[in-house]
Amino acid sequence: MTIDFETPKPILQMQTVLQSVAENMMRSTSREFDENEHAIPWEYIEFMHTAMRSMGGGGGLAPSEEKPKEGAEKRPPIGYQKLAAQIEMLSWGDVGYYLITPGGGLGAAAVQAAGNAEQKAKFLARFNDEKPTFAAMCMTEPGAGSDTSAIRARAILDEKTNEWVINGEKIFVTGGDKSFTEYEKFGKGFIVVWASIDPSAGRAGMRAFVVESGAPGVKITKLEHKLGIRASDTASISLVDARVPFENILGNPTVEKTTTGFKGAMATFDATRPLVAASGLGVARAALEFLKEKLKENGVQIRYGLPRNKLTSIERDVIDMEIMLKSAWLMVLKAVWMADNKKPNALESSMSKVRAGDVTTKVTQKAVEILGPIGYSREFLLEKWFRDAKITDIYEGTGQINRLVVARQILGYSGAELR
Amino acid sequence: MYSFEPNEEQQMLIDAVGKYAENDLRPAAHDAEENHDLPLKLISKGWELGFLQASTPEVYGGFGERSAVTGALAVEEMAFGDLAGALAVLTPSLFATPILLGGSEEQKQQYLPAIVGGDWAPYTAALMEMSFDFDPSALKTTAKADGGSYVLNGEKIFVPFAKDAEAMIVYANFNGVTQGFIVDKNAAGLAISDEREKIMGLNALPMYRLRLENVTASRLGGASGHDFGLILSAMRIASASAALGVAKSSFEYAKNYAKEREAFGVKIAQKQAIAFMLAEMATEIEAMRLLTWEAAWKLDNNKEDACVSAYLAQTGSADMAMMVTDRGVQIYGGHGYIRENPVELLLRNGRGFAMLLGLAIV
Repeated sequence: MTIDFETPKPILQMQTVLQSVAENMMRSTSREFDENEHAIPWEYIEFMHTAMRSMGGGGGLAPSEEKPKEGAEKRPPIGYQKLAAQIEMLSWGDVGYYLITPGGGLGAAAVQAAGNAEQKAKFLARFNDEKPTFAAMCMTEPGAGSDTSAIRARAILDEKTNEWVINGEKIFVTGGDKSFTEYEKFGKGFIVVWASIDPSAGRAGMRAFVVESGAPGVKITKLEHKLGIRASDTASISLVDARVPFENILGNPTVEKTTTGFKGAMATFDATRPLVAASGLGVARAALEFLKEKLKENGVQIRYGLPRNKLTSIERDVIDMEIMLKSAWLMVLKAVWMADNKKPNALESSMSKVRAGDVTTKVTQKAVEILGPIGYSREFLLEKWFRDAKITDIYEGTGQINRLVVARQILGYSGAELR
Repeated sequence: MYSFEPNEEQQMLIDAVGKYAENDLRPAAHDAEENHDLPLKLISKGWELGFLQASTPEVYGGFGERSAVTGALAVEEMAFGDLAGALAVLTPSLFATPILLGGSEEQKQQYLPAIVGGDWAPYTAALMEMSFDFDPSALKTTAKADGGSYVLNGEKIFVPFAKDAEAMIVYANFNGVTQGFIVDKNAAGLAISDEREKIMGLNALPMYRLRLENVTASRLGGASGHDFGLILSAMRIASASAALGVAKSSFEYAKNYAKEREAFGVKIAQKQAIAFMLAEMATEIEAMRLLTWEAAWKLDNNKEDACVSAYLAQTGSADMAMMVTDRGVQIYGGHGYIRENPVELLLRNGRGFAMLLGLAIV
């Protein structure tokens, strides 16, 4: 091993393909699905599903495992790196679309991180079936966001039927509708619901349950109207005496005096935070490229290499934006490289998310500011990217909760020592 | 293939330099600054770690190949100990590395074996000029061809160890482009100030001014000259790496202080106001480190945009150093303002990265 920034060939090839998808299938209808919230872009979904099946990997946030060719030299794994590059490029096209790319999403990521071999085999195979299939993660509740210990959803084992009985209210479920509602064109999806099996145990009692689409007692109660990412459905889901087979619990069904249950959720986040960061940076890159293109059209040059005090204000801004964007992307790469190489990356993962949340927000804000009416007009996509960008600093842990995670890591503090 | 892991050799170098920075440079930094004095013994110990020697090919008396990535790693580690000490140890590189990068075969043979084969000796370089819009690509010092040699005129500032230097590279404007020129110790027309430069930080490092009046010099690379962009990029990466080291030092001091200092019955690090500052400092340092590594890697691999990357890394790291070292003082509160504590010197040194260039090269 030595320090190396050469993009692996398979990633370069994939980027080229996806860029054309982004340009031809996403950008061309971005505006339409932003203005018609909750409309479903079937064409994109079906195209992506077919394309990904033919490439041998369902979408979602679980890395594809490369099957080494016989006799070939064993290469270090790049599954997460490839995934990050894929997500960045799709989000460059349209982050709302990216979020409804068929596949397991956060639901499958939870199964991947906290499930046993049997569960992985049972729940993850479906994403390669004929019809596009979705899965979603249900963590947030009206009274519990980043403070997951405040989750009130409850799962009680009915020993007579050997089923878990779940009650609770979940909100902000990305892809919740497509994962749970039984659309004819979609395969059978699932949602992963976080609930407590022992409220007296706090976080140690928290478990995730796979709830199949259409399960009785479970209802989509609302689809949110949002600032951005409007092509992506964000559902509220209520569970009233919802029954789930015993074997659908991810992790240990009994509570020990440890926090392993919650660690399952956190392990999921270590894997997914850099991917969410990658998505935001795709939006930021779109905005920065649009800005540079418009400046060039208007004869404004960026003179790299000049001392700071000789630069114009616009040049300074663009250079700062590039520094922010490039460095944030490298932080994502490092975090996913660590994930691929099985190095613990809780710190790097949260750092990349902190940075991407800041950068995505700042770059899109600044681009709108510099371009004035061109930035603000709905004739162009920049104003949409500004609205889309903001979610990066909010979902998968706000910038603030991620700062807390980073701070605890660098200071060596527990949650009790640094609240 | 991406990788963020230094190789074995680099790791050995990081460990050795890190030890020297921690055990030798750091404890000496305060007194060196206050007394305007870096002990030669301290500098020599750093020189013996063999960074320049390991970057010079065997044919010129060294035992390795130059790598900007390795240089970036070494400079950050050393600057973590003390910026002035690090720059002093690395001063001979200011002369040797441009010769490695752009010198003619004859120049390499003439100078490199003597420098890398001997004890630490002050070979140096002069880039900066006293002007608010100083631009390394538009220098005011001029060079004119005169038969087979060149004649230099102008003034230079912030030249480390100029007074005792055996030889130096002076950068000058030659027909609109920057080129380096080798000036010998006793060249006629070269006047070196008696007094050392007085600047906000870096007082331990002896720096001088030069006046050049019709000084005869030889051109780096001979008649065909050399690519100054490469040298400038190597300077930018060194500057970014040194900024990282200084910032990391301030961050470490502030973090440890925040875990000791109590207020309202808890350590101040347990307050989010302080903890978040530290989290942002660590994030910013890591971001600029990766940007610097990437630029260095591009330089090593002759990537087309290496020069732009080096520029971005330097610019970003200078801002980062300012932000981090300012917060270092802020976290110490009133104690941070007192010169007995280390963080105020780091703020003074940290401020310099926005304008200082050519004081280090990788």
